[in-house]
Parts: sequence; structure tokens; C-alpha cells
Amino acid sequence: MSRAARLLALLKGDAAAEKVVPPSGFTAQLTVFTAATMAFLAVFALALSLATDRLATRWGEALGQSVTIRIAASEGDTDAQAARVLEILGETPGVASARALDDAEERALLAPWFGEDLPLDSLPVPQLIEVIETGRGFDPEGLAMRLRAEAPDAVIDDHRRWRRPLIRAAHRLHLLGIGALGLILLSMAAMISLAAHAALAANGQVLEVLRQVGARDAFIARAFVRRFTLRAGAGAIVGTLAGVASMALLPDMEAAGGFLTGLGFAGAGWLAPLLIPPLAGFIAFWATRHAALRALKEIP
Amino acid sequence: MIELNEVSYGYAGRTLLSDLTLGIAPGSFHFLTGPSGAGKTTLLKLCCLELVPQSGRITAFGKPAEQLGRDGIAQLRRRVGVVHQDCRFLDHLSLVENLALPLRASGQDPHSYREDIDALLAWVGLSTRADALPPELSGGERQRAALARALILSPDVVLADEPTGNVDWEMSLRLLSLLLELNRMGKAVLIATHDLNLIRQAKAHVAARNIRLRGGRLEMAGAEL
Repeated sequence: MSRAARLLALLKGDAAAEKVVPPSGFTAQLTVFTAATMAFLAVFALALSLATDRLATRWGEALGQSVTIRIAASEGDTDAQAARVLEILGETPGVASARALDDAEERALLAPWFGEDLPLDSLPVPQLIEVIETGRGFDPEGLAMRLRAEAPDAVIDDHRRWRRPLIRAAHRLHLLGIGALGLILLSMAAMISLAAHAALAANGQVLEVLRQVGARDAFIARAFVRRFTLRAGAGAIVGTLAGVASMALLPDMEAAGGFLTGLGFAGAGWLAPLLIPPLAGFIAFWATRHAALRALKEIP
Repeated sequence: MIELNEVSYGYAGRTLLSDLTLGIAPGSFHFLTGPSGAGKTTLLKLCCLELVPQSGRITAFGKPAEQLGRDGIAQLRRRVGVVHQDCRFLDHLSLVENLALPLRASGQDPHSYREDIDALLAWVGLSTRADALPPELSGGERQRAALARALILSPDVVLADEPTGNVDWEMSLRLLSLLLELNRMGKAVLIATHDLNLIRQAKAHVAARNIRLRGGRLEMAGAEL
């Protein structure tokens, strides 16, 4: 029988064979509650991990290979310095392209802070030049020195300096989410293992009688394993549904646009929590089987 | 079928059994006697590998016990029916379900054997108690139920530890007749008892061997009653 067929047979089970283990109310409730709670928390950890990964990717893409050069000079001089800066950039190794932003683009950049009707002509708004690097990038210090000499009002605004730590932080949050998910699953394994131990200890005589009548360890363990696997799976389904429902109730990330509102799932990410119940079932299977076989070793 | 060669066993620094040699052959009938605490139960547990000897060697159905492994021991216990003194059952299961346990544990479908279970219950006089839970059974009924469970897989050897310890004389005779009938069917039987009347009663029907445990050693081994 293949492994999949054996697993199916286990889940389908033999209700009468399982009956050899008496009903155990407390451990049953404990297992269901633990699995539900841990699955609920796992949904949040998963959402945090996926969201921060998304955030890091978005920030990384936004950062791209771009640098801005800002020229804040008097009106006539600004155009001359902008032209000179573009010339310099054209000669600088590592610069793929450079272009001066037009008024409409600058107005769009300032609109979130000053509104759509900004009188750009009457304000001393600096000229912005967008620089796209090649993959190897340019030497920022060398460029800064040359700009200081030939276009003294030009300043390199290297936003990578402040964005990179944020991206690093997002990546670490992503790893933290994965770590939290792992800890939650390990805790689930530990708690189900404890519940299985309690059930096995309470059924010491059952184990002895079964061994005496010729039951193999695998047969005895199966009765406990199936019970705990199904309970953990059922609890995890409830917890996962509750977790997903909670995530769905968070404010829409596009509408609000902030980091916290982006913590939910997006797109195919909504399918990720579907993995939690079978994972909980597998953990319960492994933890209970391990606990049962260990307990049985004490019985001749 | 089961052979003990120079087997010793003890615990807490005390040697209970010392250099015992015993063979249980097919179709044999043994009584194991001795004072309380002499080690009769221990010897039976060694025979069904519930205990591991400190020294010596146990061979079961031609295989050294130490080579059997846990699955091998489980397999062996399907060929050795044991009636324990305390007749342990699963209290949440009915008598029929308890009798079906060895079948279920050996991977057989008890539903296919319901007629055999009913026949066995009738044989031990418990047909009317089939659906009773073990705590509802009397001492004698438990003894007979334990015997029935020990026989459900048609074992080659039956080991009974004080099977008449909790029953009246009439019931003792009935249990003895069941064990004698088993022996006539070719099963090897070993009964641990201190009931000499039971042994005398058996003497009229079977050439039983009486082996006596005293001071950790077997006496009169091989003596015919």
C-alpha cells in the first residue's frame, strides 16, 4: 500500500478499532482548543510574513536603480546647471539614463502635500533630475565631487540610504514572521504531545491489555494517532477560518495605503492559510505517534 | 514449543528464580505449584515474554526470545493464550468486544468471527452475558471470560495463572474441564495453582506433570501425578 493510501486509510480509519481506547474528554477538548488557537495565531504570523515580503519587494522595486539630483539655484541658473548636470551624467560610467522632470511630474510629486492647484511657477521649487543606474551603478562620491565643481547647487539625493534599512527591516520582519510561524507549529506539537502523553498515561491498562493479547505497537499507536490527528485537524480548521475571517475584516490596504493596513493577504496569498489544517494534522500525527511509541516501549 | 534454559530472574537485589529449565511440549499438561510468592506468576510471565530473564535463554516456537523484537513478541502472544490472575479487561468494552480484541489486534475482522465468538461464549457458559461490561461480571464469569479471550485465536499454548482462585469449587471444576478439553484438542496447558484438590481432580483425567517452585528452583519436575 502506498504512503498516500496508508494515510487515507488512517484518516478513514476503523471506528471500531479506535474504540479500544476509551473516550478522553479533557485531552480531546485540550487538543481541539490548542489546535484552533495555534492555527488562529499561525494565520496572523503567515499574514505578517507574506505582507512584509510583499512590502520589501514593493519598496525594492520602487527604489529600483534610481537616484534623484536636486538643483536649487536662481531661476536662470537652474536651467544652465540642469543642462550641465545632464551632460556630466551622460559622461558618467554607471549611469544608464538621466532626465529632468517636467512641471507636471513635479506637481504630481508635491500634490499629496500641497494639493493639486499648486502654483509651481511662483514657488522656488528645485529642478529634479531622475538618474537611472546601470546594474553596476556609479561612484556617488566621485559624481558628487564633480557636481560640486561644475554645478554647485546640484545635490545628489540618494534615497537608497534611507530606503535600504527599511527594506532590510521588512526582510527581517518577513523572517520573523516565518520564525513565529515555526514556533507556533512547534508549540502546537509540544501541546498535542503533552495531551497525547496524558491520554496514554491515563490509558496505561489499555496499553498493557492490548500488548498482552498480541497487539503490535503500530496497531495501538494508530488508535491514538487517528484520534489526535482528526481532533487537531478539526481544531485547526476552526482556528484557520477564524483567522482568515479576522484578516478579511482588516481595512482595505489599497484604500488606506499604509503599512499596517497592508498586513492582510493579497491575491494567491489567501490560499496560503489552507495549508495550516493539514500541517496541524501532520504535526498531531507525528507528535502522537512519537509519544505513543515511546510510551509503549515501557510496556513489555 | 516454549523452552526455558537455566533462566534466572530477580528484582530489587533478590533472586526469585534461579537456573530454571523447563520445556512446554505440544499437547502437554503441566501444573505449576508452590507457596505464595514462590514466583509462579513470574515464571508464567517469562514464558509469555512479559519479563526478560536476567540470565539464561528462552526459546519460543524455535526462536530465541531475544531475537524476536516487539512485533515478534506480539506475534508470539497470538500463539500463547494467557489467563492472568487479575483477568484484565477493557472496562469500557462489552464482553463480546473484549473477546474480539485479539482478533482485531491480529488484523482480522471480528464481524467475520462473530459465530466463533458466540460459540466460545456458549462453551464457557457466558452467552447471556455477551453485552455485559467487565465490571458487571462476577469473579467466576471474569475467569471464564479471560479463558475465552485467551482461546479466541486458537493458541498452541494456554498459560493460566490461578484460574480458579476467585471461584467456588463447582466453578473450579467447570474451568478445569474446559482446560482438559483444550488439552484433548492438542493444546499445551500450564496451570499455576496452589489448589491441590484441583490437581487431584485433574489426575483422574489427564497425565499431567506437576512442577513445584521452591526457593527459586523447580522441584519434582517431570513427576507424573
